Amino acid sequence: MLLWLLAILIAAAVAPTVNRVVGSMDGVTLGGWVLAAVPAGVFIALLTLWPSVVNQQDVSVFVDWVPALNLAVSLRLDGLSLLFGLMVTGIGALILVYAGAYLRGDDRLGRLWMLLLLFMAAMLGLVLADNLLTLFIFWELTSITSYLLIGFNSDRPESRASALQALLVTGGGGLVLLPGLILLGLAGNSFEISALLTSAEQIREHSFYLPMLVLILVGAFTKSAQFPFHFWLPNAMAAPTPISAYLHSATMVKAGVYLIARLHPILGGTAEWFWIIASVGAITMLLGAVLALRATDLKQILAYATISVLGTLTLLLGIGTEATLVAALAVLVAHACYKGGLFMVAGAIDHSVHQRDVRELGGLRMAMPATFAAACLAGCSMAGVLPTFGFIAKETWYESIGHVAGNGFLAASILANLGLVAAVGFVCVKPFFGRRTESTHHAHEGGPAMWGPPVVLGIAGLALGLLPTRISELLAAGSGAIAGRAVPVHLALWHGVNVTLLLSLLTLAGGGALYWILRQGQLHRLKPYFYFFEGVMQYGPSRVYHWLLRTVNQFARGQTAMLQNGYLRFYLFTMVGLTVASVWMALGGELHSHLKPMPLDVRVHEVLLACLILAAAVVAVRATTWLLAVGALGVVGYCVAGIFVLFGAPDLAMTQFVIETLTVVLFVMAFSRLPDFRRLTSVATRGRDALIAVVAGATITVLLLFAMTVRSSHPISDYYLAHSVSEAHGRNVVNVILVDFRALDTLGEITVLAIAAIGVYSLLSLRPSKQADGEGDAADGAAGSFKESSPETRHDSAAGHASQPEGA
Amino acid sequence: MDSVILKTAIRFLLPLLLLASVFLFLRGHNEPGGGFVGGLLASGAIALYAMTHGAAAARQVVRLPPRFLIGAGLLFALVSGVAPLFFGRPFLTGLWTKITTEGLGELHIGTPLLFDLGVYCVVTGVTLVFVFSLLEE
Repeated sequence: MLLWLLAILIAAAVAPTVNRVVGSMDGVTLGGWVLAAVPAGVFIALLTLWPSVVNQQDVSVFVDWVPALNLAVSLRLDGLSLLFGLMVTGIGALILVYAGAYLRGDDRLGRLWMLLLLFMAAMLGLVLADNLLTLFIFWELTSITSYLLIGFNSDRPESRASALQALLVTGGGGLVLLPGLILLGLAGNSFEISALLTSAEQIREHSFYLPMLVLILVGAFTKSAQFPFHFWLPNAMAAPTPISAYLHSATMVKAGVYLIARLHPILGGTAEWFWIIASVGAITMLLGAVLALRATDLKQILAYATISVLGTLTLLLGIGTEATLVAALAVLVAHACYKGGLFMVAGAIDHSVHQRDVRELGGLRMAMPATFAAACLAGCSMAGVLPTFGFIAKETWYESIGHVAGNGFLAASILANLGLVAAVGFVCVKPFFGRRTESTHHAHEGGPAMWGPPVVLGIAGLALGLLPTRISELLAAGSGAIAGRAVPVHLALWHGVNVTLLLSLLTLAGGGALYWILRQGQLHRLKPYFYFFEGVMQYGPSRVYHWLLRTVNQFARGQTAMLQNGYLRFYLFTMVGLTVASVWMALGGELHSHLKPMPLDVRVHEVLLACLILAAAVVAVRATTWLLAVGALGVVGYCVAGIFVLFGAPDLAMTQFVIETLTVVLFVMAFSRLPDFRRLTSVATRGRDALIAVVAGATITVLLLFAMTVRSSHPISDYYLAHSVSEAHGRNVVNVILVDFRALDTLGEITVLAIAAIGVYSLLSLRPSKQADGEGDAADGAAGSFKESSPETRHDSAAGHASQPEGA
Repeated sequence: MDSVILKTAIRFLLPLLLLASVFLFLRGHNEPGGGFVGGLLASGAIALYAMTHGAAAARQVVRLPPRFLIGAGLLFALVSGVAPLFFGRPFLTGLWTKITTEGLGELHIGTPLLFDLGVYCVVTGVTLVFVFSLLEE
């Protein structure tokens, strides 16, 4: 399974090259077909595992990554993972082909393919993960790749804003999810999901059950666009359509649903589970259906319909009986087939006539017959028309929910479905029938890569409906994984004439009528109700989001102006002062008992060195030119290195010598551009600075003396000395520690160094106005001491300097 | 920085210092030295050269852009960490092999050397970014 992920990642890495090499052939975009071979291969590999998975034989991979920290990468393929994996790779392959046609000739196509493949790897990893932390990492990766994908048209501000909104909402949800998962891991004594299954009882009775459930659910709800976090999904339609079709219908938004399903056998079955999830799901379901009718943009309609279906899935998982779990998976499969297809249809229309407003569309059925066929197939499935799989899904849904959960949820389901059927009218009927409008006059069919993928998905929906036996096996395995025990599933297209069938027909008829009413412009009669919903549901949470964003920015600005005020003196003062204060707070009372007079055993040359350091320090402070000050500081550094030599630390001494030399060189470079020293401070200020310096020095001295007395009995250096040659083949223990024993620390340090370099580079090279800034620096340097200016001006100058802290 | 003495001296010192930095880097595992101090020495030498002969000339001496050095260094360190995973060992475990060559005798070569090379490159690259951006400002 690791190989699958690796293959997709490699495909992502070479995608831009593939685009350059193959994509340039005129006429056909081959690159998409080439790249699609990779997910298609994974799809087939998954299919070969089908027989063992449906026989309850899970396939698992375990890589012990850092055993000392209990970190492992563990993947497991069971019915649920297989179902999602097939969706991710199968639809993914189609999307790659479709994207090639959608962005044909665009030089950003390589980037799009790369991002789509990266996302695919993340999503596949997410559904295969058997470790909570592995799962979380893939979860976050989907958020990040989705951010990049939504903001694909990065030159448009609204698409950047939408991307940021999606990232903040889902990323914020991820932050909430993490403590939830950690609590879960702690409560169950393991981070392996398969191990947690055995301690489910204990977890449900844990005192932190409710907090962990709520935290995890907030994460899942943000990802799956559940109320009140649903508002990011319609905005995410700013992405090009292939992305919407893949992320925002078939895969990423289902991640939250997947998480709920995955954790159902561990956390599910309680009253809290039922009420939180089922009620949120029901609200989302209704809300999405109502808002879908309000929208006029093709993609917006589909987005709201997706929200409604996601709500349905959540509702069914929340109810959590065997029958509803099966229904949830059936709806999931049906939705993946039809919604991905419908998005691609919407994209094809948009691509052809550059218009997505349904009011402006009409009469496309002759101009775009293949697209029309795909729309019909998908639309029938979405509306639940016999004999598509959507019909079976809706039957199971009604059937399961009517049996167990009372009539309230059933009524809500029917209402939501009325909305969805009407939405089908707007998406699949309105654009294709009627007279051609002004904007559809020049409509033309795209290439086979454009209409092929949605047709394939539509046929898949039809085929699954006609031959539901095979998919029943998978749904049984999947719902078995959700329920935690074997679930028998027998889907059939025809159940005979019963209440459920009547309800289905009623839904179709009612939805059709609703479409007709809305179509005839009778909308204004319903408007008051819509406004009510708009006010409460649509703009409410969105307003909160914008308010939060504004407030956080204001707070950050205020805080930055206060802390990062651009005066280097202030930074030094804060850092030194805080260090001194915290050292004394920590040492405090313990000092007396530990500090003992030490025998003074110094030699003459050591005293001389110490005197030299003191003298050089005084010279540095009293210097009147920067060259003298820098030189004196260099002397201090060299003498300290001398001390290292005397006390047997050649490595340290050597490094110190080189560092000092470099520092002096850098100082000379920097200071040679500054004006000469001018003494502008008052005696009082200098006195205060001297006091701070003396106190800081004394504190460090005391700290060192104290540190000598609290050595633990077994210094680790003995271990290093004993094992340096035998295990690390090196006699220089210092270096062995750096590159072997504690190489992870070093890796972190060099990474930080690299980040620091990026910071310095951007500060020095990418300043918007170098000229104006240079003057500001000079004026600032001449100011000499803290300016006691009014808050107003202080704020202004601080804001001006916040972006260039290297000033002064 | 128009000092003829410094300018002339650094031209001769530069190769020697660079050689010394490689020497320090290579001996680091058994004697005082290592990638960190070696990288610092190399970048110090180039910094002096840049100060006297200008950043453009120094860039020509380095040939590779400093950013590239940083990236390559991080990559080296990462590769030396990932390599043991393929042998079923935990991340960053040192892998060693013996090479016997004429004249040098037995030589122990291992992934920590690659790691140290990464440190060398990152330190050099980072310092050079500082130096060049200061000079070219």
